[in-house]
Amino acid sequence: MNRIWVFCEQRDNVLQPVALELMGAARSLAAQSEGTVGALLLGSGVSPLAQELIACGADTVYVVDDEKLAHYTTEAYAQAICQMVREENPASLLFGATSIGRDLAPRISARLRTGLTADCTKLEIDEQGSLFMTRPAFGGNLFATIICPNSRPQMSTVRPGVMPKPVRDDSRQGEIVPVTVAWQTEKLCVRVVEETKESQSVENIEEAKLLVSCGRGVKNTEPAFELAKKMKGTVSSSRALVDAGIMEQPRQVGQTGKTVRPQAYLAFGISGAIQHLAGMEESEYIVAINTDKNAPIFKIANLGIVADAAAVMKELNKLLEEA
Amino acid sequence: MKIIVCIKQVPNTTEIKIDPVTNTLKRDGVPSIINPDDKTAIEAALRLKETNGATVTVISMGPPQAEKALREALAMGADEAFLITDRAFGGSDTLATSTIIAGAIEKLGADLVLCGRQAIDGDTAQVGPQIAEHLGIPQITYAADLSCEGNCIRVKRQFEDRYQILEADMPCLVTVLATMEKPRYMNVWDIVAQDEKEIGKITFADLTLDPARIGLNGSPTKVKSTATKQFDKTIETLELDPAEAAKTIVAALQKRHLL
Repeated sequence: MNRIWVFCEQRDNVLQPVALELMGAARSLAAQSEGTVGALLLGSGVSPLAQELIACGADTVYVVDDEKLAHYTTEAYAQAICQMVREENPASLLFGATSIGRDLAPRISARLRTGLTADCTKLEIDEQGSLFMTRPAFGGNLFATIICPNSRPQMSTVRPGVMPKPVRDDSRQGEIVPVTVAWQTEKLCVRVVEETKESQSVENIEEAKLLVSCGRGVKNTEPAFELAKKMKGTVSSSRALVDAGIMEQPRQVGQTGKTVRPQAYLAFGISGAIQHLAGMEESEYIVAINTDKNAPIFKIANLGIVADAAAVMKELNKLLEEA
Repeated sequence: MKIIVCIKQVPNTTEIKIDPVTNTLKRDGVPSIINPDDKTAIEAALRLKETNGATVTVISMGPPQAEKALREALAMGADEAFLITDRAFGGSDTLATSTIIAGAIEKLGADLVLCGRQAIDGDTAQVGPQIAEHLGIPQITYAADLSCEGNCIRVKRQFEDRYQILEADMPCLVTVLATMEKPRYMNVWDIVAQDEKEIGKITFADLTLDPARIGLNGSPTKVKSTATKQFDKTIETLELDPAEAAKTIVAALQKRHLL
């Protein structure tokens, strides 16, 4: 039985966007390999979320609803997942490549002695259910396709924002299976002294429909914020302006920043280093404005304009003021 | 307290370019450095040595050239360094690599193992947690701050939207973020002193490892193929004055109902 499982990350009992993205990805992989989709839902008081996972593509939701899982800790989550894997032998096990998934998945892979591929941006499958996991390496300069031929489950963490979210279908049917864990309590020895949510200091660029993105060619970022407001969008940035201390890190797009796929991505004065392109090339409509007509950003833009980015921004602000 | 710091020598990936003709990585002339997160782990260990008293051992698995990275760690103030090297280790994926490094740590003995969060060439962040699992000790990853009191390690563990303050008794393993501390420079005295020091070698023969779990054959993951980025979008690039450009952009966005 080709079971494709997804660890469905929740925080404060809210399913994370990457959990739903992975449900969509798993659904499509299952369709190509006569597989079924299993969702692993872990936490305390999380049972009400199971129905949403069925609507998003799960055939079976395995629910571990336990106070020991109220705060994320590596060992408790690893014990619960390893127990389920050993009972049901899934062929594939996917995690979001978040700071939780990238902590948890390697611990589990070592315990199960199986292969794990980090931070994938593309997943393919053959009819037998073998995964082809593609990931960037060497700072996004190279893409490697990894296979895990002889051990199961094949494990992978998948970069958030890369897979499209599935269309929710509330009429879908699925099974909800409550799971009780036989805890090895003596191993649960990391103590959570405090957990503090940090207020988001800047808007989340991953959620934006339109991004006004600034690179080295934009010296003054104030007009960008003005333009973003007029266009009902958000300001993002290339690494250059973050390194220069002009933009905040959470706005950074690219290999070492965030992956975004807005409906419109306006690149002002961004040359388009490969590391930057890795974070935005899936955007639906890309406009690039740059003085250098050979800039790599023009290779992936839908509309490329050779002009001074700051001057065009000023004109846009003027034009939208009048409108 | 005995601290082992695991470091990796990596090419400075920000300087890697693609050869436009052969479409392969141009690695010639790209300098090798200590992976940035790992260098911070060395700094964190040296600070614990200053505040709490400790011996700091730095280890690295890699080819003989990786000795240069270990020499730099000694020049920063580490007490001793070991290179884990053997042809039998070649082709190891993260699981096989972590098996070998865990074997070396077991042999050397440690209260606290420090690693960088991830290396800039592979970007996996997997080897640290996998070492901890092989050793059967707790892990704390994404450390933004680290202190030690008695036998207890206290860590500020960073998430995207929050942090946790975590405590664990030693032995344990912590992976640190480069932003935690600014690594110190090598100092003159330690540069001179490291010249006198031997870098220990740890080979397959020194460790009790199952040959079926190391190297290429002991690696569950295989690289099937690699590719550099291909672009296939062909578009028109327009040369326009700023006012015309603004009108064109607004028209294009409106046409797609994006404005």
